[in-house]
Amino acid sequence: MEIPKELRYSREHEWVAVDDGIATIGITDFAQEQLGDIVYVELPEVGTAVTKDDKFGVVESVKAVSDVYSPVTGTVVTVNTGLPNSPETVNEEPYGDGWMIRVEMSDAEELNDLMTAAEYEKFIEEAEEE
Amino acid sequence: MIEFGGWEMPVQFSGILAEHQAVRSKAGLFDLSHMGEIEVSGPGALEVCQELLITDVARVQVGQAQYSVLCYPDGGIIDDIIVYRLAEEHYFLCVNAANIEKDFSWLTDHNRGRATMIDRSDEYALIAVQGPLAGTLLQRLTTLDLTKIRRYWSVQGEVAGVPVLIARTGYTGEDGFELFVAAQRGGEVWSACLDVGSTEGLLPIGLGARDTLRLEAGYLLYGNDIDAQTTPLEAGLQRLIKFDKSIFVGREALLQQQATGIAKQLVGLIMDAPGVPRHGYGLWTKEQVVGAVTSGTQSPTLGVGIAMGYVPPAYVAVGTPLTVDIRGRRVPAHVVARPFYRRG
Repeated sequence: MEIPKELRYSREHEWVAVDDGIATIGITDFAQEQLGDIVYVELPEVGTAVTKDDKFGVVESVKAVSDVYSPVTGTVVTVNTGLPNSPETVNEEPYGDGWMIRVEMSDAEELNDLMTAAEYEKFIEEAEEE
Repeated sequence: MIEFGGWEMPVQFSGILAEHQAVRSKAGLFDLSHMGEIEVSGPGALEVCQELLITDVARVQVGQAQYSVLCYPDGGIIDDIIVYRLAEEHYFLCVNAANIEKDFSWLTDHNRGRATMIDRSDEYALIAVQGPLAGTLLQRLTTLDLTKIRRYWSVQGEVAGVPVLIARTGYTGEDGFELFVAAQRGGEVWSACLDVGSTEGLLPIGLGARDTLRLEAGYLLYGNDIDAQTTPLEAGLQRLIKFDKSIFVGREALLQQQATGIAKQLVGLIMDAPGVPRHGYGLWTKEQVVGAVTSGTQSPTLGVGIAMGYVPPAYVAVGTPLTVDIRGRRVPAHVVARPFYRRG
């Protein structure tokens, strides 16, 4: 399972990549694997305000529905508009073309609440043991 | 793995979509050993079956099988089953896993000593090979001429050297076979099928794809689409009911319901916009909720959401627009004829 070193991770299995105050957000390799074949993705529109730990979208696999939560607070500035037409991209490239939204962060301090790759790896190991 | 009718069963092996696609285009292997098998035999066997099933069991010839339903006196469905007639006075009922005890009690309670009834569920494994290559692959494991077995017929024989009852039945919408085999030898048959098929695209299939396959094919799932609160008339199974054969449990209630009309009817729905309909989601007209989804999924073959659900007869005509309440969002859909998928 892939857990890129340079990203930050939430307890709800989202990843964040930060570049100049803009956070790119998607779901992790672990999350897509747990969900199985993803067949539906619902994303917010550009300009939508998102709040840390609040739902911003939905992914559905054949077997399950899962909300996606924003790891940061801010405003959606870009949406991966191709995703709803090819939801399988989330399975294929969760950290690449399967990204979901970009958010202009209003509080960069929130990043400190997220896990590093090493912490996230430990987190899912513990989750799997339960 | 999830718990299903007391069995630990995998939701998926390689992935629901890949498994689904394998069955539609090549072949899939199913372990259905959770299903129940009840033997009804002896001089009174036919009489008891006729009394408890809504179909005309007398028309089932030796070697033939029939899809049927057990009803309560009020017409509610106890279970949907397949009756195999193995010999002159020997019937073999394949029943849903969750209903084995309920069915067996119902049968024995109404037997009044006429037939010999044995619950053989623990003695049998059930392995299904389904898909366009099913016959070709299975043929390599048996000397029986499988082309001679017609749909809904069965024969006794050997597969991979193991005695089995081979039935040309299934729950996928594809051609295929179901193999009843002694429980302790089920593993041998499973492995032999996997060996002969895996190089040609046969995949083992979990519960997830079993559900998407049966739903596309329009097959009902007991506990979702039918139960004690639904009747065969409401579920679209009126073709099974043979009112003239003899007295049977549920006959009076069903005759009455047929005369007065049903209040709800099972329909098929296709989504007109992205969204996955699921069990329990509300079905709406413009103004009000008129029913609920009993089974739904994203159809891997059609690439759209498909569902079954009950609505009043005013909304069952093909083309009727309805919306599905997908977690607060009303997504348009319309009524279609079932099945959603028919093999080409």
